[in-house]
Formats: sequence, C-alpha cells, structure tokens
Amino acid sequence: MKLTSLTLAAALFGGAALAGEVGPKEVAFTEDGAIEASLTGTAGDAANGAIIMGTKSKGNCVACHEITALADVPFHGEVGPLMDGAGDRWTEAELRGLVANAKMTFEGTMMPAFYKMDGFIRPGDAYTGKAPTEALTPILTAQEIEDVVAFLVTLKDE
Amino acid sequence: MTKPMGTKTLTAIAVAACAFAAPAMADESASLVVNGEIDMVTRTAAPAHISDVMDEINSGWLYRSDETQALQTDDFDNPGMIFVDQALETWDQVDGSEGKSCASCHDDVEGSMAGVRAVYPKWNETAGEVRTLAHQINDCRENQMGAEKWKYTGGKMTAMEALISVQSRGMPVNVAIDGPAQATWEKGKEMYYTRTGQLELSCANCHEDNYGNMIRADHLSQGQINGFPVYRLKNTKLNNAHARFKGCVRDTRAETYKPGGSDFVALELYVASRGNGLSVEAPSVRN
Repeated sequence: MKLTSLTLAAALFGGAALAGEVGPKEVAFTEDGAIEASLTGTAGDAANGAIIMGTKSKGNCVACHEITALADVPFHGEVGPLMDGAGDRWTEAELRGLVANAKMTFEGTMMPAFYKMDGFIRPGDAYTGKAPTEALTPILTAQEIEDVVAFLVTLKDE
Repeated sequence: MTKPMGTKTLTAIAVAACAFAAPAMADESASLVVNGEIDMVTRTAAPAHISDVMDEINSGWLYRSDETQALQTDDFDNPGMIFVDQALETWDQVDGSEGKSCASCHDDVEGSMAGVRAVYPKWNETAGEVRTLAHQINDCRENQMGAEKWKYTGGKMTAMEALISVQSRGMPVNVAIDGPAQATWEKGKEMYYTRTGQLELSCANCHEDNYGNMIRADHLSQGQINGFPVYRLKNTKLNNAHARFKGCVRDTRAETYKPGGSDFVALELYVASRGNGLSVEAPSVRN
C-alpha cells in the first residue's frame, strides 16, 4: 500500500519531494555534515530501516559494512567501517547526514550519497547502463533515510 | 609486499562461517603453473608509473576460490580453451571477397602471433591511433579479407582474441605508455580516477583502495586485465576487457561507454599498463 502510493507520487511529481518532506536539493547540512531536522517529520521505523540496510535493491549497506545486528543477512562487506556501536559514536543528526550524503562529513569518501539527485558524472538509468530518460530520483526516499537512521541509533555497544 | 589478511578480514570470516555459508575464500599465496609447464607471474613489483600508489601488482587469479583457481591450471579443465579450439578452426577458414583466411597472411598462429597480445593495446602508426587487439582483428577482416567485421564483444571476436593471446601465455604484459601512445594513456588514467554514476565510484575506489576486501560476496581484486579475454563462470563464455569494463561502469549506476570506442580503448591501455610485468594468462577463469 505504502509502496504503491510512493511509486504513484514519484510518477506524478518526478523527483519533487512529497508535501511536508525536505527534498534532496533543500537539505540543510551543518558545517560538519549533519542534518539536524527530520526529512519527513515522521518518526523513522527502525525495523524497516534494518530491512532497507540488508536489501540489495534498497540501501544494501551490508555490501560494504559489517553489522552484527543483521547477522542473518548473508555476506557483509569490509569496505567501510563496522556499524556496531554507530549509535554511540554519532548523534542522530550526524547519522542522518552520513546516510544522506557522507561526502558532506568526509570529503572524498567512497560512500555513495543516498539522498542526492543531481551533480553526477555520466548518471545512468539505475543499473541499465543507459542514459536516464527522466530526472533521477535519490536511491532512498526521505522516509527510508529516516527509517535507516532510526535503526542506526539503536546500534549501541552495550 | 604481500597484503596480509587483516584481523578485520579474519573476524569477518569467523562471523560468516558461524552465521551462514561463507563465500569461498581465495588462497592469495598460491602460485599458478599451467599444464605443469607455464610458470605464471601472478605477483610482482608494481611498474614505476604506479609505484606511488601500490608496491605489488597481483593477478585477479589470486583472489578467486581454490576451485576456480584450479580450473586454470590445466587446459583440459579450462572451459575457455573450447573457444580457443574453435578459433583455431576459424584461423584457417577462408572468408570474405579476397578469398583469404587468417592463415593466408599469418601462417601458423603459434609462430606469427607469439608475443603479440603482450604489447596490446598499441599505437598504430598508419591509423594514427592506439588500437586494441580486437580492432586489429577487425581491420584485417575488413581491409585484408574483405569480410564482415565481428561484433566487438561477440563470441567470434573473444574466441579469436583468446587464440592469439594463448600464443603469449606466460610472457610479461609490456604495453608502451610513452611516445605517441602517451596522450591516450593519460586519458585512460583520468578515466580510471573519475567517479561515475549515481554511486559516484571510480575504478580506483574498488581496485586500488580496496583490493583484498570483500564487497558483499565479492572479493575485490586489483582489476588487472592480463587474463583477458576471461572465461567467467557467471555467464559461461569468454568476455573481453571492454565487455567487463561496461559491466563495471554500469554497476556504478552510470551510462556506460561503448565497447570498442575511444574511451574504453584509452581505459584498456591504462589498465593494461598497471599490469605491466604480470604474465599474459588468457584465457583465464574467473567467477
């Protein structure tokens, strides 16, 4: 149900943000790359965030990060740092900034931006290898970013 | 310098082994001898032009599982050799308006093509451009034989590339990067470090900064192309370098470049040069 309405909205409005959402081009990063305010005003769903992080067609965060809490998802990568304890090391605002566009926190980081829609070199139409025929949409929606952040803040060392 | 498996890697393996089926890990210290007689150089000192970024260059063979590694040690086990045999038949077949086969001009492939693969891509003085081996094959077909050009990434082409490459197996890759080829090489270098697509990833992000690390279930290699064309277990056919480049660029959520086009020619020359000193392995076997 939710997915259908999101797809419909994307079709109707292209890359424009849903009413009440902060669009990818309107995000206010602090000097250190954090995002203080929620992108949607709706509390994130940590359980859904965990699913997004382990799903290849969504965040696929486990491709690069090992996350003990997601041990039931096979094959965690080792390109990025271990996510265990991320909720101790970072504030919610910092985590939101890192997921949306980590390059605002770490200049030159390999980590892709999950809430960005332009400024790319040779952007393609998803994984087709072809040029896009319409405006790109961010890899994750505003609410999906909030869901991932809600999960990350629960990752405490103890 | 041999890149040791870090604690992080060992921890990841331990976690993987406990929680779920572990990806098959490679023996990065193995040595490759083909048919009990061709000693392959799979690790050697990095060429001078990349010694600022890495000490040692490694063949992708080192990053594959024991089972995949073993397939390349004997031509009877190497599925890529089937296509080499097919191309050997093609070598003698007349095609096109001039009534010629490859053999009409080049005689035995064993003698005429020894060492050729090791120096390609290469500057072509007459054409005034850097040419790949595939380009030269099509140039022969079109202009010497009067035959149809083959599709750049097609099966006829990759098989012929493999047949010609086999005649250089065990020889060190030695592409020229200076003189008239230098401008093309510089362009390829710039491409190597350009972060493309919505994921904003360059070749270097994975293959220079993270080789040896796992990305999901894939063991990242240095992206060397000394083994191309490569038989991939994933698609059960030979793949040339441009076909693989295309897949990599696509996976950055980018618009790819055209196989056989000048962009990929430049990238092939640059990537090949990063492997100067490794043995020609083609047809190699990878996953």
